[in-house]
Amino acid sequence: MKIGMLAVLFFLGALAAHAADVAVYAAVSLTDALKAIAPKFEAATGDKLVFNLDGSNVLTLQITKGAPADVFFSADEAQMDKLQKAGLVNAATRKDIVFNRLVAVIGANSMLQLTSLADLAKPEVKHLALADPRSVPAGVYAKQYLQDANEWDQVEARVVPTQNVRAALAGVESGNADAGIVYQTDALISKKVKIAFVLPESAKIRIAYPAAALAHAANPDGAKKLVQFLQNDPDARAIFAKYGFIVGPPAHGQ
Amino acid sequence: MDSSSDLQLTASDTHAIVLTLVSALLAVLVDLAPGVTLAWLLARKQWPGKSLVETLVALPLVLPPVATGLLLLDLLGRNGPLGGALEVVALDIVFTWKAVALAMAVMSFPFIVRGARIAFEAAGDRPEQVASTLGASPLRVLFSVTLPIAWRGITAGAVMAYARALGEFGAVVLVAGNIPGVTATISTTMYNDILTGHDQHALLLAAISIVLAFALILTGEQLLRRALP
Repeated sequence: MKIGMLAVLFFLGALAAHAADVAVYAAVSLTDALKAIAPKFEAATGDKLVFNLDGSNVLTLQITKGAPADVFFSADEAQMDKLQKAGLVNAATRKDIVFNRLVAVIGANSMLQLTSLADLAKPEVKHLALADPRSVPAGVYAKQYLQDANEWDQVEARVVPTQNVRAALAGVESGNADAGIVYQTDALISKKVKIAFVLPESAKIRIAYPAAALAHAANPDGAKKLVQFLQNDPDARAIFAKYGFIVGPPAHGQ
Repeated sequence: MDSSSDLQLTASDTHAIVLTLVSALLAVLVDLAPGVTLAWLLARKQWPGKSLVETLVALPLVLPPVATGLLLLDLLGRNGPLGGALEVVALDIVFTWKAVALAMAVMSFPFIVRGARIAFEAAGDRPEQVASTLGASPLRVLFSVTLPIAWRGITAGAVMAYARALGEFGAVVLVAGNIPGVTATISTTMYNDILTGHDQHALLLAAISIVLAFALILTGEQLLRRALP
């Protein structure tokens, strides 16, 4: 019965907190940074953030089906574009909040000498872990990089496609893959891998994390405030940087 | 990062644990009456559309949970056929804790029906007929003969259903989302931990799940022993 009472208390607590909630549907890769930013935003505005955290594609699906979201913070521009085309985004509020870059990782104790994309074609790299290059953005980007460097044909047979970036990282952590290509933010999480090299800047490939208030937001003011806060607040920007994201220039409207 | 805090339970962890236990219990309780009734109808009666219903009931076992979740979301979402009706009566299910319980109820329903049906079939309809012949009213037959005979099967089914509900992930994460402190369950919290590199915290929750599993199995055994005639 104690559990029942606890449950009732929790549910009541959840109801009471509803007054000025901002429902933020955010890519799971942003979890740690957003959890650190939430108290700053709450202190500054009094609005409480409630997160729904999953892959950007799952969140897009949920929002399309009418999920009660105020803000969408995507790890993938394509998903935001999809919602915008469907008229579900308040397009004027859309901003690229942070950026990411891809890095090649090897096991923390690995003796491999890798300094460029061409090195990934070395025979010592028997397995290269990538998020699935057919469907997962990180893998799609990685394949694009390798194709642009004319290395894809040499490495393709050694690619181990994984369900997501985290699984690619786990492949390298466990030693089953000799190297992997993951986001810088993911590489920084793990103590069992080290960064071999950062993939070079590319004019074609831009890994941006856009956020926008949604057209049917129940709390449109809170939603707008949050997008601005994420883009401009110095604390928020410092927290993103701490977790390995690249912070764009602050901009007050376009 | 913050690996020192990975071995501590936060308020949203506690919420996730309580929510999982309570929602799974609610799911089984909601399933019991319709599940046992349907099992009895399947075991005892011939009716048109029976095999269709049998297939529908087994569907959550066959489909990947995430597909069941998608069907529920299509059905109950604001833009879905049932979602509109629910909005009229101001019943918000999707993306609330109710969606957690609902998804668990759908996913664990087949276990209740299977358990009860096998029990009804094993007992045969002779005892019920004998009771009726001796003048017992249908209600009396139900409570004095039918249910007591099938009790072990129903209990076994309910325990399986509860276990299934506790671990449910794919359907829950689609219809209820993964909202810490609101709809996040033990499973969805672990999923989030793994995707964000908090493996230690995921393992902590796994350890708690193992303890819960022991408690559940022991309770189940006790219930079954007590259910012995």
